[in-house]
Amino acid sequence: MNALLLAVDVPPISHVTIWGSGPLGFNKTAAIYVFATVATILLFAVGTRRKDALVPSGILQNSAESGVGFVRNQIIMQTMGTDGLRYLPYLTALFFFIFFSNITEIIPGVQFPANARFGMPLALALLTWVIFNVVGVVRQGPLHYLKNSLIPPGVPKAILPLVMIIELVSTFLVRPFSLMVRLFANMLAGHLILVTFGALCAALFAAKITVVILPFSFLLLVAMTGFEILVSFLQAFIFTILTAVYIDSSMHPSH
Amino acid sequence: MALLHLLLAQAAADPTKGLTAIGRGIVYGGAAIGPGIGIGLVVGNAITAMARQPESAGTVRTTMFLGIAFTEALALFGFVLAFIISG
Repeated sequence: MNALLLAVDVPPISHVTIWGSGPLGFNKTAAIYVFATVATILLFAVGTRRKDALVPSGILQNSAESGVGFVRNQIIMQTMGTDGLRYLPYLTALFFFIFFSNITEIIPGVQFPANARFGMPLALALLTWVIFNVVGVVRQGPLHYLKNSLIPPGVPKAILPLVMIIELVSTFLVRPFSLMVRLFANMLAGHLILVTFGALCAALFAAKITVVILPFSFLLLVAMTGFEILVSFLQAFIFTILTAVYIDSSMHPSH
Repeated sequence: MALLHLLLAQAAADPTKGLTAIGRGIVYGGAAIGPGIGIGLVVGNAITAMARQPESAGTVRTTMFLGIAFTEALALFGFVLAFIISG
């Protein structure tokens, strides 16, 4: 497994649209996604095994239960209310999957966030797009859904055509695109920062006089690594909460 | 001085290469101005709200992250565009 992760190279940034380098297109990015999927499934399969236990024990059960509680209280109750609790399994799985594929950014030996290549963010954003459109069509009916998402309440008649075009673009095109770009670009930027400071430390270590800068560069590398833990968590949180907000806008249109 | 000579020699060899780098810098720098101000406003006002009413801190924090996410998207478009530009 270690050889697989290290040997299968990461596609360069200019090749983001070319799929795969190993057999069947399997590369490091795909390996990290397999890890994230397995980790998410294992966390909840093992963590929820002791159903009758009143007091949770063990790191897996504690993580699984507080994870579900976090998604329920901080994401669903804040945006959708009790009406949205039926989406709790999907949103919890989404949150942990994105978090696990982000956190490989700072795991030594891997040090690559799989979401820095936009295949999976695109797929997840399209899934969100499909879900909020289907929910809107089912809950409100096709015509009402279109009317409610195109015509905001309280707009003067004169500028209505312009507003409708803007709403059409922003709801059905910019939403999935920005969801994809937000996750992908944040992880790519964080990865590039870590790579830059890592390479700078290595170059300074071999330098003669400029080696005096090395401690500052190294301290910033450590600080940025800590910051990237926060970013990994925050991006998973933001992707999940935006999915919840979009589903909520389809369920409860503003009048 | 040696660096300057190196840069000049390279510029003479292939002037478009340096221009691409400058263009990337301008694209990302320009795209970061507005969102920088915007995120400052969002977070500043959220802190004011939290300080005035600490019991509403949870709701304000969630909304603050949402506002940051929407504002930040514009800067990230610029970041991606800077990579897409190739000379």
